Amino acid sequence: MAETIVDITGLRKVYPGKTPVIAIDDIDLHVEDREIYGLLGPNGAGKTTTISIATTRAIPTAGTVHIAGTDVGAHPAIARRVIGVVPQYNTLDRSCTIAENISFHCRYFGFSSADAKARTAELLDQFRLTDRATAYPQQLSGGLAQRVQIARAIAHRPRVLFLDEPSAGLDPQSRIAMWEAVKGLREHGITVVLTTHYMEEADALCDRLAIIDHGRILVEDTPAALKGSLGGEKIYELKLDHPQRSEALAALLRSLDGVTTVEPTDEGLRVVAHARDGLLAHIVGMASEYGLRDVATSEASLEAVFIKLTGRDLRE
Amino acid sequence: MSNPTVSPVNSVSPFTSYTRAFGGLLLRDLYVLRREIGPFLIRVCMNPLLFLFVFTYIMPHMEGAALNPTARMAAGAGANFSTVLLPGLIAVAIMFSGIAAVALPLAQEFGITREIDDRVMCPLPVTAVALEKVIFSAVQSIFAACVVFPMAYYVPSTKVEAHVTSWPFLIAVVVLASLLSGALGLTIGTLVPPKQIGLIFGVVVMPITFLGCVYYPWIALRFNPVLQYGVLINPIVYISEGLRAALTPALGHMNQGLILLMLCIFLALLLKIGCDGFRRRVIS
Repeated sequence: MAETIVDITGLRKVYPGKTPVIAIDDIDLHVEDREIYGLLGPNGAGKTTTISIATTRAIPTAGTVHIAGTDVGAHPAIARRVIGVVPQYNTLDRSCTIAENISFHCRYFGFSSADAKARTAELLDQFRLTDRATAYPQQLSGGLAQRVQIARAIAHRPRVLFLDEPSAGLDPQSRIAMWEAVKGLREHGITVVLTTHYMEEADALCDRLAIIDHGRILVEDTPAALKGSLGGEKIYELKLDHPQRSEALAALLRSLDGVTTVEPTDEGLRVVAHARDGLLAHIVGMASEYGLRDVATSEASLEAVFIKLTGRDLRE
Repeated sequence: MSNPTVSPVNSVSPFTSYTRAFGGLLLRDLYVLRREIGPFLIRVCMNPLLFLFVFTYIMPHMEGAALNPTARMAAGAGANFSTVLLPGLIAVAIMFSGIAAVALPLAQEFGITREIDDRVMCPLPVTAVALEKVIFSAVQSIFAACVVFPMAYYVPSTKVEAHVTSWPFLIAVVVLASLLSGALGLTIGTLVPPKQIGLIFGVVVMPITFLGCVYYPWIALRFNPVLQYGVLINPIVYISEGLRAALTPALGHMNQGLILLMLCIFLALLLKIGCDGFRRRVIS
């Protein structure tokens, strides 16, 4: 069995106040060496708080985080040696060029001047940034700035890289370039933990992922196994003229063979059912008498897994 | 392409890695300061230059007592106004540097750019990141203090009567005052919400300057004991009085030992408040 490099046990974080907010509610998580691990969940699920605690920027209410054997809460300054972080926002040093951003980062981690210079050249080449070496962060597009942030975060050769919503605000092309860069980190011996609320990203990038909501892990597995857990179920989204009067239709649909759940949505009903021939026609036939405007079907996807677990859409 | 080797920092003791990280942060700040030397020089020179020019060159050349108030003020203090002004201008230069080098950049880093996050991820305790800011600010304050001397020599129309009675005392005052101003900048930068940082000039900087015995010796306030003892909660008073004691002792000043003691007390207090505020800002 591979070495566990990120070990989170019984993690809890409550932000005190008049109405205390439970950001994380008893999370256990184990990430193996050289894995790409995803935390998938909607905004406010507790993903960023989990990463903040693991990267020494927040103090847990209870529980521990060990990174490569170091207790992050007890020895934050030492733990930072093995951690690289790319936060949600651009934190590049605006007073320094791209190359200086990377080389000063190396100096902070004890590299000599010559080593820092060599490492910077290597990373600029690896992330195809050499021609922008003398540009300032303000002159870069979002996608390029993100690549510089990743290059800088791994400059001191950390064991684990934490990426918080890495594709937020990126155009599709930059997102794919970023995915390639992240996948390439494995061969450099770096474990990646990332948060995302994009299904496609979790699906394309992660070896394993945890679906997280309201500060709890709902399920944890490989993307393939999670999708397989649906057992060939499909989701039918029905849009109705009068969604508020859909109970009678819901009762009818539940009686159909193969239908597992029917629940109301803002625009009508969501039907989860084992796919079989003629089912769609049946559903449409029944619903058209109740003012069916539109119907959308989706295959087994992480989105469907999330909907099945929480009854909610990820973007709701 | 590199092999998955460990970085040099993983094989050394915590203390060595802290020292190297601290040195790296200082190096970066010096490097950026060197590149932005023009704006820096304008910042440190403009205030003392204008003050000396207006109060010790233009005004003494004006005709009549009504148009030359500084002559009377100086006569009251038993010296020319250039001499009264010298320690005060150095005190202001030291304090402004602390605000400009720590408080204003921190407000920007906390509020807009979040650049501070990368520094906080350096392999050293968070408090050390805050202390680095204070020390770097102190270096700038010492430079700003030194810049005032040549200006005070060349600009005024009446010669400044300054002589150093004790170099160790002068150095101690300048170093303590410079650290104190950095700590003040840290306290302001972490306690004031970034959006309101523009207000600090009106609410903090102006009152502590004008009530900081900068343009008059503390002893001159004896006509109003409430005011005279009230201003003692202002750390700038001890900076001005310390410099007065070190440079222009003929003017009358507080006890030297008391000045050093109060500078140390305020330094410790502001460092504590500033570092606690900094930790609260970056660690949730």
